[in-house]
Amino acid sequence: MTKLLHHLGLYFIMMKKVISKPENWSIFRKQLVLEMEKVGLNSVSLVIILSFFVGAVVSIQTAINMNSPLLPSYLVGLASRDSLILEFSPTMISLILAGKVGSSIASELGSMRVTEQIDALEIMGINSASFLILPKVIAAVFFFPFLIIISMGVGMVGAWVGGLSADITTADFMYGLKYEFTPFYINYAIIKTIFFAFIISTVSAYFGYHTKGGAIAVGKASTTAVVTSSILILLFNYILTDIILS
Amino acid sequence: MIEIQNIEKHFGNNHVLKNVSFLFERGKTNLIIGESGSGKTTLIKILIGLHKIDSGTVLFDGIDFNAIKTKEQRLLRQEIGMLFQGGALYDYMSVEENIMFPLNMFTKKTEIEKLERVNFCLKRVKLEGKNKLMPSELSGGMTKRVAIARAIVMQPKYLLCDEPNSGLDPKTAIIIDNLIQEITKEYNITTIVNTHDMNSVMEIGENITFINKGEIWWKGSKDELLNSNNNELNDFVFASELFKRLKKV
Repeated sequence: MTKLLHHLGLYFIMMKKVISKPENWSIFRKQLVLEMEKVGLNSVSLVIILSFFVGAVVSIQTAINMNSPLLPSYLVGLASRDSLILEFSPTMISLILAGKVGSSIASELGSMRVTEQIDALEIMGINSASFLILPKVIAAVFFFPFLIIISMGVGMVGAWVGGLSADITTADFMYGLKYEFTPFYINYAIIKTIFFAFIISTVSAYFGYHTKGGAIAVGKASTTAVVTSSILILLFNYILTDIILS
Repeated sequence: MIEIQNIEKHFGNNHVLKNVSFLFERGKTNLIIGESGSGKTTLIKILIGLHKIDSGTVLFDGIDFNAIKTKEQRLLRQEIGMLFQGGALYDYMSVEENIMFPLNMFTKKTEIEKLERVNFCLKRVKLEGKNKLMPSELSGGMTKRVAIARAIVMQPKYLLCDEPNSGLDPKTAIIIDNLIQEITKEYNITTIVNTHDMNSVMEIGENITFINKGEIWWKGSKDELLNSNNNELNDFVFASELFKRLKKV
């Protein structure tokens, strides 16, 4: 418990330093563009591949489990749509991004800490937490919702392809996809994603920024960052779902 | 000039620095020597505020570093050049970008002016034309020289060096030592070098302070060190057979 409070205290102290006005706006803009590429653009291909295949599998499994003449075949489209929008795209993709982006942030900052690059920034009179972490947080919070929207779209294409292989016609699938569609579900998914992006970027940055030791400590920080982010994503998924949907 | 008065520092139960006071003079190479774990690096990090002190005072030309606001500390730090043990170059930036970084952050110079200053600093450390190399392409000695160039690019009033020769061959170590001394004299800055390399002591030591077990055991010049009767100091400085024989000569 004491350890948890210690970490929480350090996290909020770090966040107070992170959320401050950049010292040089032109350098901040350059850093932000760089982070957008690292955090967002470099994850697009992974998100597309995962979403397509998971969408296809969801569709096939739904079709197999609805193998009853009483259930209309358009339900495959409807079930795939809701699974992808409500849970797979925002939560599962965020968990995968916690592994990819979170470990990258933690190991990058951890390496900078153990090689004294962060100290060098401080000596120059730079707020190292704000300089290094703020662009990552903004890039993640801004870009992750786009990744999730891409994931939803590609996932549905995958679901359609999967449906075809399970003998669901395109017309049935499309009917199910549009059937009683609630646009608010997209907002719900985006709200969740913004929370998850903040968790992934700040928690990973926290563990990386506070690394002590050498190469082993960097690896440990990276693993701890991914595990902690994943647990927090699942916890906040429950809390946000309860608040927003119920 | 940097003055520290009655510095106390603990890490948990470990009493790292015990009532340490001394004066680092301007225009001189001030050396702190001592065994590994004696508190040298902690002292350097205290000077620049990377470690908080339990009690005592750190004065930069009369300004109490720990009494001023964080914003003012940041401004003061812009007057400090620091050479880290491993160089601490930003590995995603080229040599030129590393040296130009403080100029980009804190000055309104034009690109041409900044490049001129970078090239001047590179020439000063004898690395002309190496602008586009990445840190991974540099040798240990070159890394240290680029780090020196970055440390002096803002024309600092204070230069702090933490083990500048660690991991270098003796010839390169002498080049780095001489460079530090030349820069100190040329720009009349307060230089503090933290070392346990006896060649450095003999090469550039002007004001030497020996720290042992977190306390100051001895202060003096290079000549005084050679003739000292302090047993702990002699055990440390003349640890090798070669130095023992040299002392007898």
